[in-house]
Parts: sequence; C-alpha cells; structure tokens
Amino acid sequence: MAGSSGSLHENEQSLKPGSIDRHRAIVSIMEELEAIDWYDQRVDAATDAELKGLLAHNRDEEKEHASMMLEWLRRRDPKLDEHLRTYLFTNKSLLEIEAEAEGKDGGEGSSSASDGSLRIGSLRS
Amino acid sequence: MNDLLREQAPISAQAWSEIEAEATRTLKTLLAARRLVDFNGPLGWAATTVPTGGTQKLSPALQEGAVARLRTSLSLMELRVPFEVAREELDAIGRGARDVDLDPVRNAARAAAIAEDRAIFRGYSPAGITGIFEASGAQSLSIPADYEAYPDVVAEATHRLRSEGVSGPYGIALGPRCYTGLTRSTDRGYPVINHVRELLDGPIVWAPAADGAVVMSLRGGDFELTVGQDFSVGYLDHTGTSVLLYLQETFTFRVLTEQAAVPLTYPAAERADAS
Repeated sequence: MAGSSGSLHENEQSLKPGSIDRHRAIVSIMEELEAIDWYDQRVDAATDAELKGLLAHNRDEEKEHASMMLEWLRRRDPKLDEHLRTYLFTNKSLLEIEAEAEGKDGGEGSSSASDGSLRIGSLRS
Repeated sequence: MNDLLREQAPISAQAWSEIEAEATRTLKTLLAARRLVDFNGPLGWAATTVPTGGTQKLSPALQEGAVARLRTSLSLMELRVPFEVAREELDAIGRGARDVDLDPVRNAARAAAIAEDRAIFRGYSPAGITGIFEASGAQSLSIPADYEAYPDVVAEATHRLRSEGVSGPYGIALGPRCYTGLTRSTDRGYPVINHVRELLDGPIVWAPAADGAVVMSLRGGDFELTVGQDFSVGYLDHTGTSVLLYLQETFTFRVLTEQAAVPLTYPAAERADAS
C-alpha cells in the first residue's frame, strides 16, 4: 500500500509547495492504480455474480479517478507532458517511438525548436 | 524527423539558430495583422480545415423525404517561400563570424509576412479567404487628400464602430502610404499621428500589405487567423555551394463580424498608386 500524502522523503521545510502538492497527486495515483489491481483480483475471485459486477463497476471508477489525477499532474509537469504526448495514443512499437524521439532531440542539425517551428504566434500585446 | 526534413540539411545547430533568429526577427517586424486579429492555433501540420458551422443543401435527393446537407469548412492554405543560402556563409557562422550574409532569409521572411497580411487585409479568393477590406467594404470611409483631416476620419470610424455596438479597444492598420504621410505631417507643429493615437486605445500598426488603412476593434471574436503549422523553416536540397531551404506556414482567415472594421480607402483613381 502506498504511503499517505504525509510520507515525504525529505524535510518538509526544504520542499517547495508545488513539489508537496505533486507528491499528494502522485500518491493518490498510486492508490488508485493499486485499488484497480486489488479490484481486478477480487472480480476474478468473487463467486456471487452481483458482487462480481459491483466490484468491476467500482474498479472502473478508480480508473476514472486515476486518469483525472494523471491529467492534473501532466498540466503541472512539462516533462511528463512531453513524454505523454510522445507515447500515449500511438500504435507503433514504443521502442521505435523512443528511438525516433531521441534522434530528434540529439541529432546534429536539429535546432532548439525540435519541430522547426519559429513559434511566432500572436503578436497582440 | 518531421515533414520539414531538417535533419537531412548540411547545417549545424548553430547555423540553424542564426537562420531561425533572422527569420523570426523579420517576421515579427513585418507581420501586421497578427497584432490586431485573434490567433487560433497552431493546430499542427496535419490540420486541414476550419469548420464554418454552415451547411450546403445537396441535390438530387438520395431518397424521397431525406434531406442531405454537406457541412462547409474553410481549407487551410499552404504558403511556402523557398530561399537559397550559401554554404560559405553557413560555415562562417561556425567560425564565429558576426557579419554573415543572411539576406535570402530576410527576403523570404519579408515575402512570407507580406503574403499572410495581404490575404488577411485584401483577401485571396483562390483560397476562399475574404479580406477585411472587402468584408467590411460597406462601411468604408474615404481617405482625405489632406493628412491634417485624418484624425476626423479616424474619429468618424470609431463612431461608426460604436454605433454598430462594436466596443473597443480600437486599433488601426496603416498601409505604407498612410503611415508615411501621417508620420511626416504636422498640425501647427504637432505630429498628426499623435492626434490619431489619442483617438485610439489600441495599437497603430504599420501594415506594408494594406492598401489604405483600417480601423478595427480588438475586443476579440471578430477576426480569426487560424494557423496549422506556424512559420517554420524546412529543407529542400543542397549542392556543394548552397543549401535550398524554405519558409512555410499553413493558415486561413475569417471575418466573423463585418461591422467590427471600418476601412479607410483611397478614391479608385488613386488606388493604383497606393502601395
């Protein structure tokens, strides 16, 4: 079982408020994912059909909670956002995607803006 | 690697940075409409259309009693300006040169900026774009021959906007002839452009692609520039002495509220000279 949101690994005084909030979110995601795992096993083991259905329903609600929490975290963590954008909702081999992504970041001739855009955007002040 | 094929170009990271910086500087100086209209995007290279919300009735009917409609949309246009840079100049960047000749980059950026602005202000019917001057043409005012009378016309334009229920802030895009005329004219020693500035709570924008001038609202929701791929530099080809690159964007433009702009136009006879 994941620890509570109080389970900080460093002295609280030396942590930024954002890090503590993200810690809370990460622990919550761990708890939701763990609950999904527990429910999955209980669904398999339950012998009563109604109980089986109820457990499956509850398990799927935990998936919704985990997804919402992950999205909260993504919006506050640019690197996580970058990786999720690279790997999620793709069909190709994940290792192939990794090789392509790394080639793009580190290759000679690549620029700071890896997609080549000048990012002019709006010029309204 | 994406569609720009930059990884195939014999260009160092440092030289790419210089090319991008030069193109960005020029674009930011010359792009006028982006200082005035709403910006939607960038939606990415794969974006193709913008839904207009309208439909078009189809005939003949497929089946009696069944009405078929086609949803209408505006396609994004691809704008590409190729340019060639000498490899000697790119090599010089690596050696720390400060006076590298990047004129081809500047010229391409200038052409691209003017093309985007021309489509927005004057329209571009092959791409289905109606420009601000045409869309809001019914409310046009004539540009006075005497620049001292300009503030009166701008005041009348803002009055028209308010009368139509279009709130501010109001800005103005000035074509080169208007801009030069206004900045050079004085009224009893006071620059006329400062009179104009006092009438507007939005920006005064130098717009090389505009023919005349246009007073417009910046309240939002009236003019929409949709960009798929924002200006990007891509690679086409190279020889032993030069590299062929291009500047590219995909976009379209819509006027959503025709009443939100008042064009100031030259009389027809003079328009040919106005640039």
